[in-house]
Amino acid sequence: MSELDDLMKAYGEAGGDKAVLENTEIAHLVASGRKLLSMKNVKGLEVDARETLTGISVKVTIKEGVKIKNPVHLCFGILHNKGTQKIKMDVKLEKNASAYFIAHCIFPKAEKVKHIMDAVAEVGENAEMRYSETHYHGLYGGIEVIPKAVVKVGKNGRYFTDFNLITGRVGSLAIDYEVEAGENAVTELTARVFGHANDEIKIKEKVVLTGENSRGLIKTRVALEDEAKAEVTGITEGSAAGARGHVDCVEIVKDNAVASAIPVVKVTNPLAKVTHEAAIGSVDKRQLETLMAHGLTFEEAVDIIVKGILK
Amino acid sequence: MALLEITGLTYMTHGKEILSGLSFSIEASEVHALLGTNGTGKSTLAYLIMGCEGYRPTSGEIVFDGNVINDLKIHERARLGITMAWQEPVRFEGISVKDYITIKNKDADPAYYLEMVGLHPELYLLRMVDKSLSGGERKRIELASILALNPKLAILDEPDSGIDMLSTQDIINVINAFKKNGSAVLLITHREEIALIADKASQICRGKIVCAGSPREVAEYYKARKCLVCDGEVCAYV
Ligand SMILES: Nc1ncnc2c1ncn2[C@@H]1O[C@H](COP(=O)(O)OP(=O)(O)O)[C@@H](O)[C@H]1O
Ligand SMILES: [Mg+2]
Repeated sequence: MSELDDLMKAYGEAGGDKAVLENTEIAHLVASGRKLLSMKNVKGLEVDARETLTGISVKVTIKEGVKIKNPVHLCFGILHNKGTQKIKMDVKLEKNASAYFIAHCIFPKAEKVKHIMDAVAEVGENAEMRYSETHYHGLYGGIEVIPKAVVKVGKNGRYFTDFNLITGRVGSLAIDYEVEAGENAVTELTARVFGHANDEIKIKEKVVLTGENSRGLIKTRVALEDEAKAEVTGITEGSAAGARGHVDCVEIVKDNAVASAIPVVKVTNPLAKVTHEAAIGSVDKRQLETLMAHGLTFEEAVDIIVKGILK
Repeated sequence: MALLEITGLTYMTHGKEILSGLSFSIEASEVHALLGTNGTGKSTLAYLIMGCEGYRPTSGEIVFDGNVINDLKIHERARLGITMAWQEPVRFEGISVKDYITIKNKDADPAYYLEMVGLHPELYLLRMVDKSLSGGERKRIELASILALNPKLAILDEPDSGIDMLSTQDIINVINAFKKNGSAVLLITHREEIALIADKASQICRGKIVCAGSPREVAEYYKARKCLVCDGEVCAYV
């Protein structure tokens, strides 16, 4: 079997839809380690992807007014138990452009694997970018994931991202996202992570609302069991009139897990408003009792509550 | 034998006696109103019957369907056929109304139960049981979910109270739905007009049943504030 077949097999097992690779209407890019295995483009999407010494470098441009109809599928992975993959992404959506990226990151056998994502994105005036990233890790925990993104959203622009790591061991995760929102811009950052064993999770997300009437939401959902640890930092700054920001963090801990949340809210304009809420603790007693009064056991109830917050 | 038979139930917590040798029973398929003013022990009794954490009888016995259930866990009691709708139902993130109603009874038709509580299925099935629902909507969905369990006994803790209370007609409709299922209902309320819906009623004051009988009799007694236990001290506050 070729490396592409292997990766696609893992992709399929992880819930990915292999048919997208054959569909000529859908753009995709598949890379295993430092190798580009498959790529397809669609009209309006300009992609310059290269193999580098440590991974892949991708530059994406979507010209003014171009709306990419179908989601662009990205698949990154390392199938071996060891290796490093550094993805450099540079995305630019010009005025009135729009695109939706669906990324799958697959590391089924990771024992000593490092995956670094270094992304820069520019979302132009009135443009809309959605980026959804889902990780599938194996059961060994020997993986280090370091996603970093710096995003600038222009006037009336929209940027939505979600990061999901709820299948397999997390290993060590250090997210560092920063989004700056211009006038009337809207941004939402969501992260959902389930930590087990001695997984270590660090999530730092920052939204800077520099434009008038800009909106920002940072939503984090973490569940932890065994000895896992998580530290969630949600930072929102509002510096323009009418800017509205909110930080919403829920962490559920079981066993000996340790969770912390550091919401940082800062306002430098009296007409800006930033709020935060954080709920950290064991599973809510009233939620548990309600489900148990429906006939579910304690364990079944915990499972449903945890799955719910990670959905 | 009655479906639920409580004898000499005393419950103490933090050195305070909340229920004092209370005896009480409900027959199968009977709608029984438990009438009492604030702080008389209605919810405490409900939590003791359901088996909530920290609520175990200090003395006395709770027998359900022939089983002493004093030490059973909540889900074990639920599996015997007891369920409960709390006064303020909790919210759940990431669980749809449809999944919530069928959470235990996978064969239940969620649309049917939504209609029974006065909600249009097409507007609610795919919504989440979270903060996006109003208090009244959440209460109705909770009732739909326990109807779907086909319980032998449903405990409804003040469905007619709170900011988003259900109307008397709503409650009559829900009670009729339970009746149709053959479920017994313990209908907890502090309003005598709600008690009149029931087949039987009991008034509670300071952790004791002070009057039991037909809803009309008990409602009259309650309204007159003649309670002998508190001498009108507790029961006068309405
Ligand atoms: N955990 C507790 N510790 C001490 N007192 C309590 C506790 N729970 C309830 N109570 C007291 O028990 C009494 C009955 O409460 P409750 O059953 O909630 O009344 P009701 O539902 O009739 O309004 C009240 O006086 C209340 O203050
Ligand atoms: Mg009460």
